[in-house]
Parts: sequence; C-alpha cells; structure tokens
Amino acid sequence: MSEQTGTGEPVVPPDATGGLDPEALEAVIAAPGARFRHDYLEIRDLRVVFDGFVAVDGVDLTVTQGDLRFLIGPNGAGKTTIVDAITGLAPAAGSVQFGGVELVGKPSHKIVRAGVGRTFQTASVFDELTVLQNLDIAAGAGRGPWTMLRRRHVVPPEVEAALETVGLTQVRDLPAGVLAHGQKQWLEIGMLLVQDARLLLLDEPVAGMSQAEREETGLLLQRIGEQRTVVVVEHDMEFLRAFASSVTVLHQGRVLSEGTVAQVQADPRVVEVYLGSGAHGRGRGMAASAAEPAASTEVE
Amino acid sequence: MSAATGTATTPWWQRSTVRVAGGVAVAAVVLFGIAPAVLSDFRLNLLAKFLCLAMVAVGIGLAWGRGGMLVLGQGVFFGIGGYLMAMHMKLADAGPGGVPDFLRLYGDGVVPGWWEPLRSPVVTVLAILVLPAGIAALLGLAVFRRRVRGAYFAILSQALAAAFAILLVGQQKVTGGTNGLNGFRSFFGYDLADPINKRMLYFIAAGVLIAMVVVVRLLMNSRYGELLVAVRDQENRVRFLGYDPANVKVVAYAIAACFAGIGGALFAPVVGIISPADVGVIPSIGFLVGVAIGGRATLLGPVLGAVAVSWAETGLSEQFPSFWTYFQGALFILVVAFLPQGFASLGTLWRRRRGTPADAPDDPPTTHPSAPGSSPDADDDAQHAADSARTAGRHA
Repeated sequence: MSEQTGTGEPVVPPDATGGLDPEALEAVIAAPGARFRHDYLEIRDLRVVFDGFVAVDGVDLTVTQGDLRFLIGPNGAGKTTIVDAITGLAPAAGSVQFGGVELVGKPSHKIVRAGVGRTFQTASVFDELTVLQNLDIAAGAGRGPWTMLRRRHVVPPEVEAALETVGLTQVRDLPAGVLAHGQKQWLEIGMLLVQDARLLLLDEPVAGMSQAEREETGLLLQRIGEQRTVVVVEHDMEFLRAFASSVTVLHQGRVLSEGTVAQVQADPRVVEVYLGSGAHGRGRGMAASAAEPAASTEVE
Repeated sequence: MSAATGTATTPWWQRSTVRVAGGVAVAAVVLFGIAPAVLSDFRLNLLAKFLCLAMVAVGIGLAWGRGGMLVLGQGVFFGIGGYLMAMHMKLADAGPGGVPDFLRLYGDGVVPGWWEPLRSPVVTVLAILVLPAGIAALLGLAVFRRRVRGAYFAILSQALAAAFAILLVGQQKVTGGTNGLNGFRSFFGYDLADPINKRMLYFIAAGVLIAMVVVVRLLMNSRYGELLVAVRDQENRVRFLGYDPANVKVVAYAIAACFAGIGGALFAPVVGIISPADVGVIPSIGFLVGVAIGGRATLLGPVLGAVAVSWAETGLSEQFPSFWTYFQGALFILVVAFLPQGFASLGTLWRRRRGTPADAPDDPPTTHPSAPGSSPDADDDAQHAADSARTAGRHA
C-alpha cells in the first residue's frame, strides 16, 4: 500500500455525491438517435482457445441497438472471455462485427475507436489521477498532438455532463483512488459515455453496490440501452430480472438459451445447468427461482 | 484550483505561470548569480559537468518517474550526443580538410565519409538534437509495440549501453577506442583554454538545463502528462480507451533520449573528454542513482539528486579516494529501502505527520494537494511520487 492509500480508505462517504443524475444523462446522449440506428453486434462462430482449452466454442450472438442484453451463466461459462474476445484481449477466431466493421484481428485500441467500450470486473480507474482527469483521458482518444501537449483549460462539455450523470461533480478534483467502490463503477460508466462508445460491454457493473445504487445504475443503463447497444455480464439475478430486456445463458463456452427473462427462466436446460440434473424432474415451477441460489454461490 | 475550475478561486501566487516564472527566476539567481560569484573557475567547471549529467536525469525523471520505463541505457544517447560534438570539435581543430590526430594515430589517416558532415556546425547541432531522439523513437516503437516492458525493457536498454561501449572500443580506428576523444582546443570557434569561454560553457549548460526543466514541467501538466501517468499505472486500461500506449511511451522515451544527447554534447567540451567509460553500463546506472535518490516522479528531484550525488562523489573522492563506490551503494540501498520515492517524498511525509488529524480527510476538493490539473508544486509531485510506490514495484 502506498502512503496515499494509507490515508485513503474511501474518504468520500458514498452518499456525499448525491447519486446518479438521469437528467444530466440526456445531455450526454443528446446525439441524434439516428446515428446509432444501424449499430448492432453480430458474433458468428466465435471460438477462443487457450493452450488447447476451449473457453468459447462456436458462439453466435446478435445484439441490436436499443437492447439491454445480459450474459449469464455458471463460472467458466465464457461470459467474460466473450467480452475479452470482442475487445481484442483474448485470441479470437470467427467473426465479430459491430456496425458493419469486423473486429477480430484488430488491436484493442482500434476496436475501441470503432465505437466499442468496456469495463472490467474489478473497477480499473486511474487511482492517482483525479476523477476529472480520468474522464478527460477517456474523452480524448481523438485529440491531436497539439491539444495533447497543452493543459486542459476548460472542462469539455461532455465531461461536465458525464460528471453530473454519474454524480461525481462534487469530487471531481479528488484522486479516483479514494472513491468508494460503487463510485468507481460509476466513474467507469462515465468514462464509457464520454468516450462515446456505441457498444457498451459491462462486466459486473453493480458488484459491491448497495441496493439503492443498483437501482439507480439499472435505470441509467436502461436509458443508455434505449439508444445504444449494451451488453452486461452479471451474476445478480434480481438485478437481471429488474432491468434486462433480453438474456443469453452461456454454459461451457456455448449458448444454452436466449430470450426474455421469462423465456430463459422457463427453459428446462437452464434449470438443469443451474441446479444439476436432479432438478429436472421437479418441473418448471422451480424455474422462476431456480437461478438464484446457484448464482449466489458463484459470486465468490 | 486547476485552470479548469476557473482562476477566480486561485490566488495569484498559485497560478501556474506565476509559479513557473518564479521558479525560473530563483534558479537563474542561483545558477547565474550566486554560483559564479562564490565558486572558483575549477569548481564552476565541475558544476557545469554536473549540470550536464542533470540533463540526463531530467529526461530519466520523465521516462521513468512519469512513464514507468526503467531506462537503464541512457549512456547510449548521452554518448551519441557527446561523440557527435567531440567529433565536430576534433574536425574543427584540424581545420578545413584536415585530419584529426587520433585518426592519424590509430587509423589510416583518412576521415571516414560518415564523419565528414560533422565539419559543419549546423549539421552537428541538428544531429545532436535529432539523432538520439530519432534512434530512441525507432527503438521505442519496435520495443513498446511488442509490449516489452518492466524488467525486460530495463535489461534490453542496459544491454544496448554495453553493446554501444564495446562498439566504441572495438572501432578504435574511427572512434579513438578506449581513450575516447579528447584534447579539444575550441568550441564553435571559441578557445577552450580561455577561462571566459569555460564560464560561457557553464552559462550555456545552466540555461539549457533550466529550459529542459521548464519543458518537463509543461509536459507534466499537459494532457499528455496525465495520459503518461495513466499509461504508467494501467497500460491496458488506456488501450481500452482508444489510445495506443506504445505511442504515448515513445514520446517520453524520445524526449529523454534527446535530453541525454544534449547533456552529452555539452559534457564533451566542459570536461574535455568523452570516452566509452562515460557511456557504458556503469555510467548509465549512475544516471539512475541520482534520479532515484532525488525522487524520480517529481519535477526537481531528479535534477537535485543528480547534482547532489555528483557533488558528493567529487567531494568524497577527494577526501577518501576509493571509498565513494561504497558510499554510493549504501546511499542507494538506504534510499530504496526507506525512502522509495527519494528525498523529495520527505516533504510529504513531514507534512502528513504534522497535519494528519487536521487536513488529511476533510480537505475540500478544490484544495486537495493532488489536483494535478493545476500546479504540481512540491505537494503535487510528492503526492504522485508517494502513489507510485506500488507501480514502481511492478516496473522495477
């Protein structure tokens, strides 16, 4: 631990920041919806192999603009690996297209420039830089050398709006390292907004958040999802039931089931995967609540 | 407090331009006023030498402290700059069309074609400015694109320094070999035996060093400087924001190489000799020691550390010949063990101890010491320094 973080168990109580501001979001996503109309994620026969271990085995997945898609599945199902493959972090074979652009084979930073943004399971913001600097860097991938070599004289409007959206205006000059866990997650979402990602891939965005924070985050994601393409990897079944517009269940690197929350919960294969084959005979009545106990065991 | 929050909240003495101007003024008074007044010509020339070494340190502070690249081979760029300048002086001393003495002594008495352009002072100065930076840029692109970093990068850069020194020794016919190049009589037409001209060299070195520190100060505060810290701490995350970290690192590496080259180019006339012993592995590590002791992530730590260590080296070697190496080693170990961020972090430690109950958690955001958008004065720098302990472990 550095001396900084020695004093730095969250000095900002989570409630000091006033929470998310959905109205400010409207300013961030004010861009005409037409821009996003032809955006969709199309994955065909995606395979990821690590040293002979097949982590993702022929996955097909289509997510359209305006969808809030959840990826779920037991540990090792390949959820995060798919996100890694889309963003160039894992070696992928097959085809991943977004907005008509083939992403497989591109280096990560070019994939990002094609409009793809992601977050990580463990919030990875720049701890030493301020909240404002974090957002400013996220907004700046397209800046020319001259802008880069000078100071930031004014806060870009999109950064200002994102600060308000994720409720961090009050703490914008604090190092991101002292933020509470949930605030870091929000900062990550803010960074996705200012980088103007059209496809947002979120890896467990509400892990460690309080119930109220989850609620706010879910509503925020729903609003973003109306306009852009959003894929969420999540374990929290309650969160999923409340906010998912569609769900893809993965198991051992393959797509097991896909559909609305109700459809997926009614799928006997899903029940089987989550409860083991013994549950099969017990019928569909179990399905609605089936996923939950199993899911909670895998959040370790 | 940052310019972004509006100058209304910033007292005038804390404004960035005011602070820079103030710092430059203080440095100018010390280097241009006090030092020449109190030091003998001999000591002043020594100080000039230390300032040349400090130029390398400024670059290392940027590349290592801010960019996380453990540059263990800056001797290469220092050497390129030094040899370019030395060769120009040798050619100038030999007169138009003349052949420098060492070429007649070791070689076949002909100036090789690739030395010829250095007869021109303009070409020489341009080469000193461009060549080390250009080589570093090419090398950096090749290395950083392949994601070589941390210890691997350090070993690679050190191997480069070793190879460079061996090459110089091996090519005695055209480089002077182990003896290096020495016995310069003039510097761009000015007689080096004249104390006035020696003094002038000192002033040039002082001016160049101040300019370099200002450049680094501006870079540290720029958006690029923020991005560089981001790359140092979380290279992968930066990639997922749409930047290629290799390009970000290359810029800092090339600037560090350029500064090292300029330092070498001034070192040659100031000291009167440049030889493989000034550019190999040991001097390359020596550059780093001063930076580490002073505080690598700070603005002034590298400069003060480099000058202080060199000064101590000279002083102690005069008192106890052959003891310096042990002392340097001990100092290095002590600093790394107890003050991993160098002496610059003492200020923060002291401030923290004194003010812990009062100002640690409840600082309003606008006056928090590490709002680096604004003014990386001692506070800010030390803050960064303190924070990068963890990072240092990762990179070292």
